Amino acid sequence: MTVDLFIGRYPYYLVALLLIIGLYGITRKRNMLKKVIGMTIFQTSIYLFFIQGATKIGGTIPIFDPERGLDPAQYLNPLPQVMILTAIVVGVAITGVALSLLLLIYREYGSLDEDTVLRKMREDP
Amino acid sequence: MNQIPVLIPAILLFTSFAAFFGGMIRLRWGYAATLLGVAASFLVSMAGVAHVIANGEIRYHLGGWAPPVGIEWVLDPLSAFMVAIVTTIGLLVVVYLPRSARFEIPGKEAFAYPSVALLLAGLTGMCLTGDVFNLYVFLEIAALAAYALLAVGDRRAPVAVFRYLVFGAVGGGFYLLGVGFLYFSAGTLNMADLAERLPELYQSRAVIAAAVLMVTGLGLKMALFPMHLWLPDVYNFAPSASAGLIAPIMTKVSAYAIIRLFLDVFHPVFLIEILPVTAFIGWLAAGGILFGSVMAMAQTDLRRMLAYSSVGQISYIALGIGLANPFGLIGGLLHMLNHALMKGVLFLIGGAIRLRTGLVEVPEFAGLGRKMPWTMASFTIAALAMVGIPPTAGFFSKYYLLLGSVDAGNWIFFAIIIVSSLLSAVYFFRVIEMIYREPEEGVISEPAVAAVPAGAMAGGGGHGDSLPPGLGGGPRHDDRRSGGARPPEEGGEAPGTMLLPILVLAVLILLVGIFNVLIVDRLLEPVVAPLSG
Repeated sequence: MTVDLFIGRYPYYLVALLLIIGLYGITRKRNMLKKVIGMTIFQTSIYLFFIQGATKIGGTIPIFDPERGLDPAQYLNPLPQVMILTAIVVGVAITGVALSLLLLIYREYGSLDEDTVLRKMREDP
Repeated sequence: MNQIPVLIPAILLFTSFAAFFGGMIRLRWGYAATLLGVAASFLVSMAGVAHVIANGEIRYHLGGWAPPVGIEWVLDPLSAFMVAIVTTIGLLVVVYLPRSARFEIPGKEAFAYPSVALLLAGLTGMCLTGDVFNLYVFLEIAALAAYALLAVGDRRAPVAVFRYLVFGAVGGGFYLLGVGFLYFSAGTLNMADLAERLPELYQSRAVIAAAVLMVTGLGLKMALFPMHLWLPDVYNFAPSASAGLIAPIMTKVSAYAIIRLFLDVFHPVFLIEILPVTAFIGWLAAGGILFGSVMAMAQTDLRRMLAYSSVGQISYIALGIGLANPFGLIGGLLHMLNHALMKGVLFLIGGAIRLRTGLVEVPEFAGLGRKMPWTMASFTIAALAMVGIPPTAGFFSKYYLLLGSVDAGNWIFFAIIIVSSLLSAVYFFRVIEMIYREPEEGVISEPAVAAVPAGAMAGGGGHGDSLPPGLGGGPRHDDRRSGGARPPEEGGEAPGTMLLPILVLAVLILLVGIFNVLIVDRLLEPVVAPLSG
């Protein structure tokens, strides 16, 4: 029974692990580029959570298939996947803006290390 | 008429395109497109307010698809109120923007216009949508436009905005995760539908997790204490017009989203009794009010003082949510309007001072009252409103919050509101005293301009995170940008296009104060009705 519980849910544990890795990268890494990587991992874990929630074993794409009939259990729910397509677009835009900010920071301060940049900001405002 | 809810963000999205392509050809066309579009959305939102008061709410089904399949747009008293705030501030800042941007961000104005329209589209979309996932999309649209507008400030701005972006991405991610939990438990994204299906799921751990995640995510976005860390630097280093646009409305729309969740998605009972989220928000807010006021007192840079005061003021709104009774929530909602007007005018005045004198440090403001009489009169009105002196608008929201605290029997909140009003009196009266003081001979006119390069080279001393600002000698001028720094322009009163929005906002502060009963009766009473029942 507990094995079933694990097998049925293991993707969620992996998603949670990815989420924590992402948050760890955002909060603990001092290099801003690594923070962006952490942010991307964090966002990806959320995408995977949605995809996993919409998965049905033995289900197929939500287009009517005469052999399978009208039984909804035979088809995947398309909505979470569509939502995640939108969320991926949003995520790419955020990453793009983050990288362009890093470019500006690097040109200005010659470093992406948070401590170095903050020190330079204080020394020469 | 029934298309009003979708029309407002649609106009603004289209404006953003038009402003971008217009601005590519001629700067003036970009400005004209933005002004027209934002003015149109302002008129439509005012028509929306009138319609809601006269005929009740409007529900529009996008593309003719009825919910829960399609996306629903809702114009009810709460969203009409919020959209009116957003578009009013938006229109006034667009009027203010070109003159200020030409001085502070020369060469980049063409990109400011589409970003402003996009920001307003995102914020109005957040207010009007009736779909929790749609809200996420607009939340991020608004956030992306805001990052762009804020990052063009001085050369430290990208660092501050990067921190904001990381906080914002985590906040948005938490919210999205909460939406996922809700969808997989209740099977719908439509707010009205969720409200129907959730009551039987209140004991479900997934729904509880969803509520916690969504409120935390939005709390990060609204800079709810202690998740405000990104805010002071961002507002401090931003161009004045961007700060004047974003500080008044951006965090408030996230607060609005929490109120929307609280009233319309989860039944109030759920967040008050089953999962005491509101009580928790209330205590965080109480901490934030004190923290913001105390930190604002310690600042000498006007913009940094305003930024910390924003942390305190947004907490008043959160306190209204935390009190979770009709008076408290009316106070919080009214404070959204009041604070949008007050903080908007204060940041815009900061920009006008910078344009005419290059000054940002309060101790150097002596003589401004004579130099810029109308601007400083507006500053005085806004400062009195921030302190909460009748008949300015600020008094009435605090009054309702006090009534709410009495109703809740929470004397600690009562005391905190009073104490923080006294604290804000300390830091605002200090500024008022300074601007009406006679300058020492010749300090303002000649050396202020001559000292620009010297001030920039001397560095002005610690203006970073831990050192108190203004340690360095000499007047510090805020043109440390790597390129395109301009010396302050000579002249007395602020130029017309900048003065007009400032005066309009100052008059609105007085009018809202005098006519607040109308707003409360017509718009806010119906909003808080679910709480009194």
